Amino acid sequence: MTWWQREKTGLKPQPKGSRREIADELWVKCSSCGEILFRQELVKQRWVCPKCRFHFRVSAHEYLGFLLDEGSFAETHRGLLSEDPLEFRAGKDRYRDKLIQARQATGLEDAVITGRGKVEGRPVIVAVMDFNFLGGSMGSVVGEKVARAIGDSLAARQPLIIVSQSGGARMQESILSLMQMAKTSALLGRLRDAAVPFISILTHPTTGGVTASFAMLGDLVLAEPRALVGFAGPRVIQQTIQAELPEGFQTSEFLLEHGMVDRVVDRHELRRVLDRALAFLTWSEAARGRREGGAVRLDDGPRLAIRGGDEAAPRRATGGGPEGHDASA
Amino acid sequence: MPGPYLDFEKPLVELESHIEDLRALADGQDLQVRDELRRLESKAEDLRRKVYGNLSRWQRVMLARHPARPYTLDYVERVFTDWTELHGDRLYRDDPAIVGGLARLDGEPVMVIGHQKGRETRDNIARNFGMPHPEGYRKALRLMETAARFGRPIITLVDTPGAYPGVGAEERGQAEAIARNLREMARLPVPVIAVITGEGGSGGALALAVGDRVLMLEHAVYAVISPEGCASILWKDAAKKAEAAEALRLTSEDLARQGVIDRIVSEPLGGAHRNVEAMATELRRVLIEELAALRAQPPGVLVERRLEKYARMGTWREEAAP
Repeated sequence: MTWWQREKTGLKPQPKGSRREIADELWVKCSSCGEILFRQELVKQRWVCPKCRFHFRVSAHEYLGFLLDEGSFAETHRGLLSEDPLEFRAGKDRYRDKLIQARQATGLEDAVITGRGKVEGRPVIVAVMDFNFLGGSMGSVVGEKVARAIGDSLAARQPLIIVSQSGGARMQESILSLMQMAKTSALLGRLRDAAVPFISILTHPTTGGVTASFAMLGDLVLAEPRALVGFAGPRVIQQTIQAELPEGFQTSEFLLEHGMVDRVVDRHELRRVLDRALAFLTWSEAARGRREGGAVRLDDGPRLAIRGGDEAAPRRATGGGPEGHDASA
Repeated sequence: MPGPYLDFEKPLVELESHIEDLRALADGQDLQVRDELRRLESKAEDLRRKVYGNLSRWQRVMLARHPARPYTLDYVERVFTDWTELHGDRLYRDDPAIVGGLARLDGEPVMVIGHQKGRETRDNIARNFGMPHPEGYRKALRLMETAARFGRPIITLVDTPGAYPGVGAEERGQAEAIARNLREMARLPVPVIAVITGEGGSGGALALAVGDRVLMLEHAVYAVISPEGCASILWKDAAKKAEAAEALRLTSEDLARQGVIDRIVSEPLGGAHRNVEAMATELRRVLIEELAALRAQPPGVLVERRLEKYARMGTWREEAAP
């Protein structure tokens, strides 16, 4: 998965409050069009190049700033740390050391942050991945934190928003990383049965085991412009087929054209789209009655799941009309 | 010994062919030759134990990929009866890298689905070396849902280098197809038994391997990435595949230790390919036993337990939040 390394120019980890931020240059070169941009202006523009609309990759904390109402974020599930179950090492590189380095460089505990927050006043559960932490790879901790976020969403019947940014499953935890795909996907089935909305946002890059699990399972799947999104990395594909890849292959726009995402959404449009989507994806009382009255299901399993979700939290009143805000939670 | 052989099997193959020659020559009459044959056979047995008892993880990978290793249709023929293959995902095409159909296990109707590699070059190209496209996973899910609607158990046989990394596969949503299978398999209201029979190649394997019971043939391997892929990324050198195979802990014993698989199905000495009939007999016996245990559970309980099993997967430590 070394293909991401060519993206490095101009993309630097920017954990809030780190010393690096202050030391950084005043000017940043757009890694897409080459335009030299004034850093402060770029921050104001949510790291979107004003010339070519290239969306710079940003840290999870920065993304939370774009996503949520100011001051509404409260982090959950801190303190989960990887165990290095296989005592994995590649030559001299020990996974254990890589983890420590990644923690120091990013200020994160692992490649995802989870929490509660609000979008235009609507309470949501969020999980935001961070590529700066070992390529945003998913091992046991990422899987567990996403699983807990799903659980929170189910218990509170609050919409789940996951922002993906990942090279895929974390090789250093081998099979247990693979199992996180099954774990998160299985739990999303429960959320789906309970009709609690899940919006998946794909950012640059989202590939491998993350794409092939929760990232593609949203009720809505949104993607940032020109993000690389795929199952296999482009280099692997190129090596396999021994041919040039088509223009724009595996970009968000390519996925849109092939029917794999609902919308490509500019960062500046994101909250507006989310607001409308969240208004729509809330069960109306009338529909709930229909569902509970006449539901015919294949089996008992999903019904157990629905009951769990309903009993865990009081039902929320829905707002009036698509623009109505739900302020009950 | 059937088919091509691996490097580490060479001394054994030589000894075995020597025994064959001698047997043909002697016709069983000459006492002296009979003694010699007995001696050589016991030597061969020792050698077999020695060769196959101390395999490195990389050698296990080679055994799992052995060109003579039985594939899904070899097991279908021997483990089940009344096999009726069904085709197509109803969306795009039939993917020959995955086969599925109706069968009976000990008289009981089951849906059998598995990856299918080809034996000769032409067959292998048609089967895409057992690497499915999205339509393969979608066919598999269609058949699983059909089975679930009629309360029939599902048995999957998993043997793939991985989901195919190609342009068409990406265009048609390889990731989405795999993800959907993971979610849906977790809540099928019928017993699901998955058997890793050869190569468990990452997400392409997992997309058929979410089940109540996940079994693994003794010499099968299962990992998040191929040793070659892992070596080229982490070692920056694909030639370090043996080191990567060690680090990935991908044997059946490794996975049982990590609680990812539920049972190891033992293979004939030297591997499934050395005695396909014996392998199939053992697999059949184990499947009948496993299925009987699962059938005793009501569907709701089955689904709940399956979900809980996957929800527990992983290892981490939890410290008080700073």
